[in-house]
Amino acid sequence: MPGRLERPGALQFTAYVALAAFVLWSFQGAGWSFSALVSGGPAMADFLSRAWPPSLERLPQLSKALVETFQMALAGTIIGIIVSLPLAVLAARGLTRQTPISRVFYTSSRLLIALFRTVPDLVWALVFVISVGLGPFAGTLAIAVDTIGFCGRFFAESMEDVEKGPSEALTAAGAGKFDTIFCAVVPAAMPSFITTSLFALEKATRSSVVLGLVGAGGIGIELKVAMDFFDYQLAMTIILMIFVLVLLVERLGTIARGRILEGSSR
Amino acid sequence: MMPQAQLQTVGASAPAVPEQPCAGGEACELRVDGLRKSFGKNRAVLQGVSFAVHRREAVALIGSNGAGKSTALRCALRLVEPDAGSLTLFDEDITSAKARRLRHIRAEVGFVFQKHNLVPRVSALTNVIHGNLGRAGGIRGWSQAFAPSHLRERAMACLERVGLADQARKRADQLSGGQSQRVAIARALMQDPKMIVADEPVASLDPVAGQEVMDLFHQLTREEGITLLFTSHNVQQALDYSDRVLALKQGAIVLDQRSANLSAADLGKHYG
Ligand SMILES: Nc1ncnc2c1ncn2[C@@H]1O[C@H](COP(=O)(O)OP(=O)(O)O)[C@@H](O)[C@H]1O
Ligand SMILES: [Mg+2]
Repeated sequence: MPGRLERPGALQFTAYVALAAFVLWSFQGAGWSFSALVSGGPAMADFLSRAWPPSLERLPQLSKALVETFQMALAGTIIGIIVSLPLAVLAARGLTRQTPISRVFYTSSRLLIALFRTVPDLVWALVFVISVGLGPFAGTLAIAVDTIGFCGRFFAESMEDVEKGPSEALTAAGAGKFDTIFCAVVPAAMPSFITTSLFALEKATRSSVVLGLVGAGGIGIELKVAMDFFDYQLAMTIILMIFVLVLLVERLGTIARGRILEGSSR
Repeated sequence: MMPQAQLQTVGASAPAVPEQPCAGGEACELRVDGLRKSFGKNRAVLQGVSFAVHRREAVALIGSNGAGKSTALRCALRLVEPDAGSLTLFDEDITSAKARRLRHIRAEVGFVFQKHNLVPRVSALTNVIHGNLGRAGGIRGWSQAFAPSHLRERAMACLERVGLADQARKRADQLSGGQSQRVAIARALMQDPKMIVADEPVASLDPVAGQEVMDLFHQLTREEGITLLFTSHNVQQALDYSDRVLALKQGAIVLDQRSANLSAADLGKHYG
């Protein structure tokens, strides 16, 4: 009968201890404090009581800002998807011919996508506010860049995962690389492209809300102003509106994805 | 396990086949000489394979699973780059042909795979139209929706030829195995090929559908004079549908004989 637990070796034991120490240290660095949590409770309750009932005063202006938020998200996502496609073709392993030039394109498109993905959208928004000025255009660009980072990666992966048979068949028939990609790879990857794009739209809707905080358009700036002026009832209205918008987009996305997956298995 | 004895068989009982394939003026579609191929550090799959396929001939290449049949066919069209050997297709040396030239040559050979390799999610008609991509690329050859009417008509005629004109609009992934393979043949016919190369075209079909597909190949070779090279691991089928049989074993051709002079029992010895 083997023991229930294996006795760890000395090295393993040291690693466990170090890991545990690191986690504890991180909580300290994160300013974790039970007392603040406890004393914060009443303050939170105070905020909620002062925020209730939500104020309907500025509803027309807020609705306009909310619509603008979603417009930014939609436009940015669409631009992002359009740019992602060719970039993903370059960045997909084994799709293009192996020449020194194609390798340069491969590496640089991978780097670009990684850069767009790893730098947070709020940072991109700051950069674009500086370059194109305050307003929704800066936010739209930030969302487009963020979408390229997201879609570029997943588009490329789904094209790498496509079955090789149809591509080989078209190559055998004398088709060129470009035609082969558009005839054999893209149709097979299409369901995955669409679900990824819907996720990108959901993600963009969520981020379009906060981009306003740095002045890149949308409803976020209204929330910041309301908070700065301690107008908690207005803030509550905005938070609820955001909640409804994000929830709505997520629901629609889920329904659309369900339809598509159903269609592809038929 | 007796390669020497088998090599003797080749020399002794294959008088109909010239020593130097196609050297004697006979029209030759494909000639493969000294083909070698290995993958990674493994033992070479092909260790000097030589054979020829003559015009309007139907040739069967047999061999057990893993003998290297698929690799040999792929190497012949340089879908897989051979390590050594020379390739001649339609009297043109393609051993080191550039990509563009290779595409032109490939456009004249219809390749049919064991797994039909149709593009899923698009219609049968679009898949057939893809057969023309070797002649003319670009967006008008991508889908039946963009294709000029002469291409659509020709594609419909190819579907008609394989008896599937009524399935033109159906999505490729909704066709049965036999239908899919016939659409793949229609795609090959769309190339207006001089030669069809088929890699175990019926191995994943049920016997009835397999018979239909083999009969279709037979018609195409007889009625339209298309040269055929196909692989099979079904000895009887290889004999029934070929003029000549090649056997691949341990990386070399160990038998090359007219089908008329062979029985399934003869072949069984070389196989497995
Ligand atoms: N792309 C590849 N990479 C590595 N090994 C391969 C590859 N293609 C074929 N092989 C190996 O080559 C051998 C012959 O395969 P194949 O040509 O498919 O044989 P057959 O078609 O006669 O069954 C097998 O051992 C197979 O594993
Ligand atoms: Mg095979």
